[in-house]
Amino acid sequence: MTSPARGLRSVVVAGASLAGLRAVEELRARGVDGSVTVIGDEPHAPYDRPPLSKQFLAGEWPLDRIALAVAADGGLDALDIDWRLGVRASGLDVEGRRVLLGDGDEVAYDGLVIATGASPRELPGTGDLAGVHTLRTLDDCLAVRAGLDAGARRVVVVGAGFIGSEVAATCRTLGCDVTILEALPVPLGRALGDEMGAVMGELHRDNGVDLRLGVGVAAIEGDGRVERVRLADGSVVEADLVVVGIGVTPNTGWLEGSGLALDDGVVCDATTWVAPGVVAAGDVARWPSHRFAELMRVEHWDNAIAMGEHAARRLVAEHTPGAQPEPYDPVPWFWSDQYDRKIQLAGRSSAADEVRVVDGSTDERRFVALYRRGDRLAGVLSMNRPRPLVSFRRLVERGASWDEALAEAAS
Amino acid sequence: MGYRVVVDFDLCESNARCMEAAPEVFEVRDDDFLYVLDETPPDELRPKVDEAVRRCPKAAISVVEE
Repeated sequence: MTSPARGLRSVVVAGASLAGLRAVEELRARGVDGSVTVIGDEPHAPYDRPPLSKQFLAGEWPLDRIALAVAADGGLDALDIDWRLGVRASGLDVEGRRVLLGDGDEVAYDGLVIATGASPRELPGTGDLAGVHTLRTLDDCLAVRAGLDAGARRVVVVGAGFIGSEVAATCRTLGCDVTILEALPVPLGRALGDEMGAVMGELHRDNGVDLRLGVGVAAIEGDGRVERVRLADGSVVEADLVVVGIGVTPNTGWLEGSGLALDDGVVCDATTWVAPGVVAAGDVARWPSHRFAELMRVEHWDNAIAMGEHAARRLVAEHTPGAQPEPYDPVPWFWSDQYDRKIQLAGRSSAADEVRVVDGSTDERRFVALYRRGDRLAGVLSMNRPRPLVSFRRLVERGASWDEALAEAAS
Repeated sequence: MGYRVVVDFDLCESNARCMEAAPEVFEVRDDDFLYVLDETPPDELRPKVDEAVRRCPKAAISVVEE
């Protein structure tokens, strides 16, 4: 164990979800034994979000199953956290090193981890109709589940991103009639490219979803409770329940006026450092990736863990004489479960010059596809084929050429 | 005092994050199933095993002290 970082007597973590909790674990593991305050706008102790669109939404898992576990002996209690739950961070005084809270209180810090996550975008003009939901929090999920339990049969999902796709898959599995409305011509085109996005669309159709592409929503209508969705082309889809999954916005509102650089997230340097004493991690953080030569912001579970841990180490390094801060430059990875398919992506799929299936086939919905940028392997996508993803991910990790990747595929 | 690595194979979905964290202990083979190579790894691998526990999306891995 390294010696406790001198001068890091009080740490504040803004955000009580995955990135924030993993940051605290790492701080304690590195011997930081001063006060740690965690601020969370939700009233709940940290929980795992991925099951909210899958097993927990389906009612397969009880609530205690999604509590975030802590590996250290003694679990969550051993982290000795001063919890400030149900109150949001409302402002930041960088020079004075204090976080202002929504209830008028304030907390001083030597080190601050910004991990306030992101919030779902709402469809403009949906008003206060009952039965129209976004899905991000436990309370959101419980509301959607209550609708399903009350007998909602016709589910309309607006947006065919990962949340929308998973909600659609879960609701189909529960026996609902599901319609997906996507404004773009291909589902998940931005995340996976048009070619692989089209395969994801076929997966929905295989499973009996009414997938409508290139259609805008004109209005969501009903008398107090949602009854139908009116589309821009004039057609109408009857609905008992609507889930809107049209992306998220990083939660940086509380940092307006703080002087921190805000540009689709709080902007860090390559080591997650934001300002004196301030680091950031998770969905809210944007950082320059040397590996992929782009400013990245990653909204995935695995990044929240890795970046939370890295940001904690960055704070410790600042207070450790002679320590050299290390860059945060991972190969992003995520998974999505839809129907009986497991989808995984490692690396980058955007701005690809070519996508090539090198294992299995898209027709059998079991395959591996590689993404090329220039003469480099930039990313790898797999459906129900986890093992090759590991090999190709390692190639992305060490900056392998496209030819090397194809040689690996042929071996 | 050693420890034992326990995988709940009903939960495991071969995401292979454990193999990234601790390849000495976890291996997803070409049949796409996870194999535990060493159920009682040496103490020096404990940090890697703990990382594997944290990085499993299904919380399928646990460590039992013995």
